[in-house]
Amino acid sequence: MADVTFTVDGKKLTAPAGTLLIEACRAHGIEIPAFCYYPGLSLQAACRMCVVRIEKVPKLQTACTTPVAEGMVVTTESPEIAQARKATIELLLGNHPLDCPVCDAGGECELQDMTFKYGAHESKFADIKNHRDEQQWSPVVFFDRPRCILCYRCVRVCGEGMDVWALGIQNRGSGSVIAPNQQDHLDCEECGMCIDICPVGALTSGAYRYKTRPWEMSHVGTVCTHCADGCKTTLGVRRASDGMEIVRGDNRDKSGINGDFLCIKGRYAFDFANRDDRLTKPLLRQPNGEFKPVPWDEAIEFAGKRLREIRDSRGGSSIGVIGSNRTTNEEAYLLQKFARTVLGTNNIDHHRTADYPAFAAALAGISDASLRDFASAKAVLLLGNDPTEQHPGLAWQLRTGVRLRGLHLYVANHQNIKLRRQAAAFLQIREGDYAPLIAYLAGNDSALDGNGEAKAFREAIRAEESLLIVFGAEFRGRDIEALVQFGSSLPSVKFACLGDYANSRGAADMGLYPDLLPGYIPITASAQFAQEYGPSLPSQPGLDLLQMFDAARRGELAALYIVGSNPVARYNLDPAALRNTFIIAQDLFLTETARLADVVFPAANLYEKSGTVTNTFGDLQLVRKAADRAGARTDFELIVRLAAAMGANVKQLVPFEHRGVRADMGQARGAQSGEADRHGVWLAAHHLEPKLSPFDPFAILDEMQRLIPAYNVPRLDLLVGNDQHSRSGPASGLVQIQTAAARRDLVLPSSDTLFTSGTLGRYSSTLSSVLESREPAETAAD
Amino acid sequence: MSTQPAQPGTIFSPTLAARFDRLVTLYPVKRSALVPMLLYAQDEIGYVSDAVIAEVAARIGITELDVRNVVSYYSLLRTKPAGKYHVQVCTNISCMLRGGNEILDHCKKKLGIPNKGVTPDGVFSLEEVECIGACSWGPAAQVNYAFHENLTPESMDQVLADYRAKAQNGGGK
Repeated sequence: MADVTFTVDGKKLTAPAGTLLIEACRAHGIEIPAFCYYPGLSLQAACRMCVVRIEKVPKLQTACTTPVAEGMVVTTESPEIAQARKATIELLLGNHPLDCPVCDAGGECELQDMTFKYGAHESKFADIKNHRDEQQWSPVVFFDRPRCILCYRCVRVCGEGMDVWALGIQNRGSGSVIAPNQQDHLDCEECGMCIDICPVGALTSGAYRYKTRPWEMSHVGTVCTHCADGCKTTLGVRRASDGMEIVRGDNRDKSGINGDFLCIKGRYAFDFANRDDRLTKPLLRQPNGEFKPVPWDEAIEFAGKRLREIRDSRGGSSIGVIGSNRTTNEEAYLLQKFARTVLGTNNIDHHRTADYPAFAAALAGISDASLRDFASAKAVLLLGNDPTEQHPGLAWQLRTGVRLRGLHLYVANHQNIKLRRQAAAFLQIREGDYAPLIAYLAGNDSALDGNGEAKAFREAIRAEESLLIVFGAEFRGRDIEALVQFGSSLPSVKFACLGDYANSRGAADMGLYPDLLPGYIPITASAQFAQEYGPSLPSQPGLDLLQMFDAARRGELAALYIVGSNPVARYNLDPAALRNTFIIAQDLFLTETARLADVVFPAANLYEKSGTVTNTFGDLQLVRKAADRAGARTDFELIVRLAAAMGANVKQLVPFEHRGVRADMGQARGAQSGEADRHGVWLAAHHLEPKLSPFDPFAILDEMQRLIPAYNVPRLDLLVGNDQHSRSGPASGLVQIQTAAARRDLVLPSSDTLFTSGTLGRYSSTLSSVLESREPAETAAD
Repeated sequence: MSTQPAQPGTIFSPTLAARFDRLVTLYPVKRSALVPMLLYAQDEIGYVSDAVIAEVAARIGITELDVRNVVSYYSLLRTKPAGKYHVQVCTNISCMLRGGNEILDHCKKKLGIPNKGVTPDGVFSLEEVECIGACSWGPAAQVNYAFHENLTPESMDQVLADYRAKAQNGGGK
């Protein structure tokens, strides 16, 4: 729209016609206070705080509902306006408790700030406050009625933003009250958006309330460790007796791909990190079969020595390695390098949640979609998956796109997924019909028999000028190939493949495969890697995860190194199969897998380390160290120490001296972190550059960027916390990837819901309590 | 009205259910039928019960929470059963000046129930209401849909006695 020019407080401003006055002013640095106005939500005009004087208009006007007009002359601060706002605050404070010192929102309360600013410290109200007891609406949501100022933000974000509609307003006038959908409790997605958006302390979270004061926390922006959307979460951390404890997660600064959105997992399911039953001491299995806590040196030396013996006596091919979906790219990369160069084996795999190699092969250099692309997409075709449950960040983007930008969403699914409510067209297909659907969309009329709606669906998709195709784990191997082939016939198409965990994509990109090197380079075409890794690189594809367990059953797997993975539970393995295998497990908890190990190393989680992760859309992001737990060590450090204990050349494994040319200079480390920071201080005290450490993940990032062209993104942007989209697949077109059909399909989708997150989710008290609170209802529904 | 065939799965009479079927088609958005539906439902069931809320929500395609939001806004929608004869005494200014409060107090004493109470036999319920539009003939009271005007404690007694007699004779509303 054309620009209009108007005057605010004597300044000439310009904004596109139709912009709301409050937004236009904010864009120019003039802040107009508001409680009910919230960008991206419908207008409410309930709070009257944003009143301004507009010349030639008899009364004060609300800036949140007034679009700018040509020649408009506005005053945003004057004694008259201050008086009006002060009166509004006085009314709001009429029944609002004045106990800020004990209020959970004290210190970051918008009402407190406004009272401070406009000074409504006297009240004409002499009545006794109408007190109501606090209510707990769910394991997550608490409501303190007298504190509510009826701004309706929570009602709108729950309804419009989340499409949950669990909050309403009941009664009227001064009796109005926010009400949950089940009369005395909530039945909702427990995302906590209502709590996050509440300007006062009326809605508080079970996870954070009354635990700390906001100014007692340090805040570290990092990436959520749960699903594969890669949402930014800002962790509030506080010193505890055994390290730095996480007390809060939110994204109020709207940094990152997700804006201020977070689901229950990003917001509250950090609590596994604070659990008492976390491993904090290395465990060594004794001859009597019991675990005994031992000092670090003893555990690492023992494990290193045994691994070396096994390698030297039975060969690398008798050793298996299983990587993680939640470690950083640097750790995944280091793990495969360790396996291939130190252990001398290609027996490396991980729990695969999507067929990324087939996707990379099918794309063959075409760029895939960033999550950012969804924020500007005109049309999206969603095939399979249920983003509301499995990719809440993506679901938020899709809903927002439909609501605010008129995005055309096309959904084809075998289930009635919730996003069909936003869909321009929803096509219900049978569970096995995803491949025929693609054939049908590509023009084969007989592929989808008897689905009357398919024709209109296909025509609508084909009429779109540009399209983003996003698909779930229903598509693998040849189906992905066919899908990409069909998509490429449309005018402007990008693709996205949905995997399950924080770094599932990274694990795949980093080559946690028996037959693929980082960047999906076949093991048989390792020339470039041999240059860096040395000539000893094993050239035969190794065993995949299931083959490793078969080998163990046959007694051919002498050792297994498992990093941050719980295959025993995930693949329902018979523990007896691993009886004769020497197992080293690295994990946060004594999982079903760790329980079978001979050596267990307590590992740090994603919130306790720095590095990078890649979300399922290929967006590379920096992970910052926020928390710290005494006793736990990062997987990175553990791999390096294990290699050292085996007698390997650590400088060859982590090129931290001769080639670590672009070190992070400390930016990636948390301000209050323990070990890494002390290390930095020591280095600085000795006038050494902080890039000389074998535990510096950025030394590995250097190597990754040299060897994986897709990851060669601008380092500075990454370091300041911006997500950088990696280009998918092997960028060098010379490399021939195996065709999808030749590989074995080992994809096992985790089918997590909003309230589960693999093994890790079981250790989150918040997630468990939500699941428990739902159990009776679900039984009744059955 | 002609007899309607019974509808399965409804708590309403066939006539009312048929009326609701039509009501939701009358407006550009179904939601507009909400308040009339609630009023008709209250007349038939006696109050807006949970079952009423559930069925109305389903008929309109909105959440039960949405229905509750509206029900709680309007004072003339009840979520608890009223007596067979719901006595609504106006105490707004015109009635108040001519003794509306006395009429209300008299009713409380006579019926032995407080404001918004129901007599144990379920015959009467009492409610103090805002203006019912009978200002020229205050003090006034409304019993169900019938108006009684220029009331005195004595004439109020007569009104109540008449309704009691009607109730004893098994009379309708």
